[in-house]
Amino acid sequence: MSLKLTTRQVGDVTVMDAVGKITLGEGSVAFRDAAKDLLASGHKKILVNLGEVNYIDSSGIGELVSAFTTTSNQDGQLKLLSLTKRVQDLLQITKLYTVFEVHDDEANAIRSFS
Amino acid sequence: MSKTSADLRPIHELLASDLASVDIAEESVMQRAERIGFDEDARMDLGLAVREAMVNAVVHGNNYSPKKKVELSIHSSMDSLRVVILDQGSGFEVKTVPDPLDDQNLMKTSGRGLLMMQTYVDELSVKKGAKGGTEVVMVKYLP
Repeated sequence: MSLKLTTRQVGDVTVMDAVGKITLGEGSVAFRDAAKDLLASGHKKILVNLGEVNYIDSSGIGELVSAFTTTSNQDGQLKLLSLTKRVQDLLQITKLYTVFEVHDDEANAIRSFS
Repeated sequence: MSKTSADLRPIHELLASDLASVDIAEESVMQRAERIGFDEDARMDLGLAVREAMVNAVVHGNNYSPKKKVELSIHSSMDSLRVVILDQGSGFEVKTVPDPLDDQNLMKTSGRGLLMMQTYVDELSVKKGAKGGTEVVMVKYLP
């Protein structure tokens, strides 16, 4: 399985649940398109739930960075939820842990959006 | 799990310059790694490093050219796995790759492949191949 994405609305926050791999090809394109669609439809508070993503390559990391930047540039917020150990390690290795706001608890994450 | 001579036999594959080859190479290496006793975490580390090297070879080295191939070699020993990936591109100097950990590069959307390879294998060498292209050699040891 490459990547399955579903979105749900919790108040004014859109939660994007990701399941599978975010790697160059179908996975990275699916993530890019989903993030772009959310922004285009006016959803600017995005919580990406990576609890079921155990594998991201450098292209997938690039897509996360791109979505973060695009959202920020549109005065939105993109945060991450429930990182698996591998993804958490990867964000530390790439120093991106200092860039992304990461939450372990969904309710707290939702409340953190201003 | 005991190793047989078949587990240690070298594997050589000539792969097309497309993304399917990335999956094939990753799977081949992970299967061999399992046979010689790497645990799941180590196999995923190795698989990710191979994925990054293959993407570089297919995308940046061979530029998806149907006329160019990527050579994959897997050499096993009792305590390690050595993977060689050689493309047919024009090669590049590692020194010229910007440091992805530098603050000014942190928000770039690409350029982290080498860092990930370095992180997930024990030894990494990237150099021009004897007949051109870029040759990546990765070694991972059993813990």
